[in-house]
Amino acid sequence: MKWDWSAVSDFMPRFWDGVLVTLQALALSVIVAFALGLVWAMAQRSPLKVVRWPVTAITEFVRNTPLLVQLFFLYYVLPEWNITFSALTTGVIGLGLHYSTYTAEVYRAGIDGVPVGQWEAATALNLPRSRTWLAVILPQAIRRVVPALGNYVVAMLKDSPLIATIGVLEMLGEARQFGSITFQMVEPLVVVGIAFIVIAYPASLLLRALERRLVR
Amino acid sequence: MSDITPGLWELLLKGLWVTFQLTVYSAALGAAVALVIGLARTHRLWIVRFLSGTYFEIFRGTSALVFMFLVFFALPIAFGWQLVPMWAAVLAMGLTYGAYGSEIVRGAVAAVAPAQREAGIALSFTPAQSMRKVVLPQAWPEMIPPLNNLLIELLKGTALVSVLGVGDISFGAQLVRNATGQSAPVYTVILVMYFVLAFVLTRGMRVLERQAKAGIGQAPPKRRKLSLRQTKDLATSGGTGGAA
Repeated sequence: MKWDWSAVSDFMPRFWDGVLVTLQALALSVIVAFALGLVWAMAQRSPLKVVRWPVTAITEFVRNTPLLVQLFFLYYVLPEWNITFSALTTGVIGLGLHYSTYTAEVYRAGIDGVPVGQWEAATALNLPRSRTWLAVILPQAIRRVVPALGNYVVAMLKDSPLIATIGVLEMLGEARQFGSITFQMVEPLVVVGIAFIVIAYPASLLLRALERRLVR
Repeated sequence: MSDITPGLWELLLKGLWVTFQLTVYSAALGAAVALVIGLARTHRLWIVRFLSGTYFEIFRGTSALVFMFLVFFALPIAFGWQLVPMWAAVLAMGLTYGAYGSEIVRGAVAAVAPAQREAGIALSFTPAQSMRKVVLPQAWPEMIPPLNNLLIELLKGTALVSVLGVGDISFGAQLVRNATGQSAPVYTVILVMYFVLAFVLTRGMRVLERQAKAGIGQAPPKRRKLSLRQTKDLATSGGTGGAA
């Protein structure tokens, strides 16, 4: 087979569109995952059993079932219940929800790592519960888990092509579409594969540097 | 639920069997890759370390789904031979998850106390003997919990192959959805199927861990009741699945 450079240059305009959508989807789902993960982690420490137990069950279930099937579930089932989102929104919700169960574990580890004395000090100062969390526990917990959270950003980047399966035209979606129009599948796929390494590798180097700085 | 006829249930069960096979074969290939690459990354020759490190970074950096598309679509065009979809999937999954596993192997081997290696030298074992008889038996129990997490990631990853037309559970679910015109029942059913599979795998790995620990005279650790995975208490340890 011959490598066709003209296919690569033909693919480039679509490729940049795809990069943009990938980064957009990534940014939005990262926000969802980080916010929702914190909610799960705090709910798992709730004094109420009726809060703790369902949250634990839901996060375990979501974490141990495939993201792809969850995406299909959201994409096909929600409209049956008269909730319609665009494909991109569905993808962001799916990706964010799935990874929120991972970030919940990270936050949990961070919160567990805060010394008991900090909780006791907050009690001794008669701080209300909300202030204990916001001013004492979370600032200490989150600082320690920033590198671990960063790892999940890279993981989410690599799972973002899954949303191509529900019709979002991100990098892989663009490559598939280009391939089905021109019958040149290899060139766009290789370009996309390299693009992932080019984005992910410096990101993971950056994270390692961050980890050395923040965690001692 | 009632709309899923016995014939359609059979479709799902067939898919379940394919998913199970995919998981087992990919895990076997992945384990072999993980062991070879993981040990190669601690090799004394820099060229071996460099090559295995490159392999690791490439497979860790790229997306599993994109790599699968390459194996399915680019390999036949580039080299003129095509794998049976099932084996193409096993190849793609085994190589990808083997790369993640190599990090677990490397970490566990590095965590064995240096005195153990020195003991191997003192007994004038060859490096290979010392690895086989001294280091690996002690590293193995440490590997099992993170490997369990990885195995569940692999199980979840097998769903990707349905996009490429391999008849696993997710593929069966698409067919059932088309046949019944309803999505909620079938997708609920297969999500539960995946969860049960993950649960069964976890139980199996726990047994393996207990035996491995007993083999070197340690008791198994206590865990949270509902949890399927080993959860780490160090905030710094990332996920074994995606990024690690």
